Amino acid sequence: MTELEIKQLQATACKVRMGVIEGTHGAKAGHPGGSLSAADMFTYLYFKELNVDPKDPKNEGRDRFVLSKGHTAPGLYSVLANRGFFPVEDLPTLRHIDSYLQGHPNMNTVPGVDMSTGSLGQGISVAAGMALGAKHQNKSYRVYTLLGDGEIQEGQVWEACMLAAHYKLDNLCVIVDNNGLQIDGPVDKVMSPYPIDEKLKAFGFHVEVIDGHDYNQIEAALNTAKTVKGQPTAILMKTTKGKGVSFMEGQASWHGKAPNDEEYAIAMNELKAALAELEGN
Amino acid sequence: MAEVKKVATRDAYGKALAALGAEHDNLVVLDADLANATKTQTFQKAFPDRHFDCGIAEANMICVAAGMSTTGLVPFASSFAMFASGRAFEQVRNSIGYPHLNVKIGATHGGISVGEDGASHQCCEDFALMRSIPGMTVICPADGVEAEAAVKAAYEMDGPVYLRFGRLAIPVFHEEGFNFQIGKGEVLRDGTDVAIIANGLLVYEAIQAGEQLAAQGINAMVINMATVKPLDEELVLEATKKCGKVITCEEHSVIGGLGEAVCSLLSEKLPTPVRRIGVNDEFGHSGPAAALLKQFGLSAEHIVEVAKDFCGK
Repeated sequence: MTELEIKQLQATACKVRMGVIEGTHGAKAGHPGGSLSAADMFTYLYFKELNVDPKDPKNEGRDRFVLSKGHTAPGLYSVLANRGFFPVEDLPTLRHIDSYLQGHPNMNTVPGVDMSTGSLGQGISVAAGMALGAKHQNKSYRVYTLLGDGEIQEGQVWEACMLAAHYKLDNLCVIVDNNGLQIDGPVDKVMSPYPIDEKLKAFGFHVEVIDGHDYNQIEAALNTAKTVKGQPTAILMKTTKGKGVSFMEGQASWHGKAPNDEEYAIAMNELKAALAELEGN
Repeated sequence: MAEVKKVATRDAYGKALAALGAEHDNLVVLDADLANATKTQTFQKAFPDRHFDCGIAEANMICVAAGMSTTGLVPFASSFAMFASGRAFEQVRNSIGYPHLNVKIGATHGGISVGEDGASHQCCEDFALMRSIPGMTVICPADGVEAEAAVKAAYEMDGPVYLRFGRLAIPVFHEEGFNFQIGKGEVLRDGTDVAIIANGLLVYEAIQAGEQLAAQGINAMVINMATVKPLDEELVLEATKKCGKVITCEEHSVIGGLGEAVCSLLSEKLPTPVRRIGVNDEFGHSGPAAALLKQFGLSAEHIVEVAKDFCGK
């Protein structure tokens, strides 16, 4: 990637982050912390990686993305809207009664959402099922799923990992957002999932450990995943919860809390300033 | 008189899957290390590349089936009723029910006729659990012929279906080629004194009870209500109007199953006295299936007793 391409992605990610703030502020609820930590990955996936078409969101040959950590719907909705699946102006209706933007992703109401999720641990199994279905039918599309580092405390995640390796699902890419924080506090204090990379390796995955805010590393890991044969790939990305909004960064308290009007204004100003700087260069 | 042919509905399930699999390439089967018991092995032998063992991980299996269904396949996910509906309840609700995906759950070993394995494996709660999920179709066939037809009907409909089969070989009373329709009850005997509405292995018992009651001057209507949900409300109301008394029979808890579905309907639309025959609010235990069924009152003999008392005779 050129420096310019990276800056363009960073600028897009800024807009995705603004959408997260718009959504959670409009909802007066929702999960900004994990939406922001994954915003760079969301951006890379939907603007560079996934073979998807906003005009044909159900195309059978498309790549699939399952947001296993469904509570970060504000991040997914924002990237989908910015990619053109539906109007960005709708983001503030998140969680409103009668809005199609449900609190957790709903595949039957939101264009571009490939699976309804929200109950942690289930999305990765569904993604494995999609990958197994694709392989069985000799389809070439790939399946991506994003999990939280707290989510992997769910036992079902490891059932899914066992199956993915057993059926050699090299068309499956599991991404773990290791922002280190869950609702009750640091993941290693609540119930340590570490060492995550060693566990995934032991379960039969090819594992890439990256900085989830570095586009060169994101690109390299996703490209490697496509060359790995006979086993699934896991990308363990180290991230900062709340990334991009100063007062949210590294704070477990921003896992599931919306910004009030004042906080909203500060956050948007920070993101607008960051965007202006990126676009100015 | 020739002995009645007996078939376990789980055997019919395996046979039906193999037959349907020959016609439809998109039919796939998932199992959780019980293929020999759920009888999906019959399908596995015929189509090994379309049978996916998920190991002893039912929750994962249910969600894998959900994912496969989004790729155009029609998965039948199989395990014992206890685990398919109980252990994996939330997976069925959130990953199949909520998105309304085209997954069929083939649950065998329902009810106390599981026998010797005892209470841990005798699922008497599955109708209640599965009925409570919006958009879920719940079917419990009464014999091998109906079971095969129900599997075919489930494949042909778009949407989630829970099919409950039994371990025990039970009498086959339907003719081959029986036309099964999801959501339609079947009147097996007309009557005017009491309507006996049953499903699963209690249907044959109800037929026997109907004959015994006739000999004792009670004219019972006998209905096979294989589809627990959506309930054939029209037929229940029609039978109730005609008979004025209703007995429900199921190999399931009296809480949340066919009996309560009928009671809910009647209490709102046509208040009528109902007696529910099923497993009362208690767990089963180990023993031979036939002895357990007798002990728990899931027999023609008990239906006759209840009907006579109900009719004041």
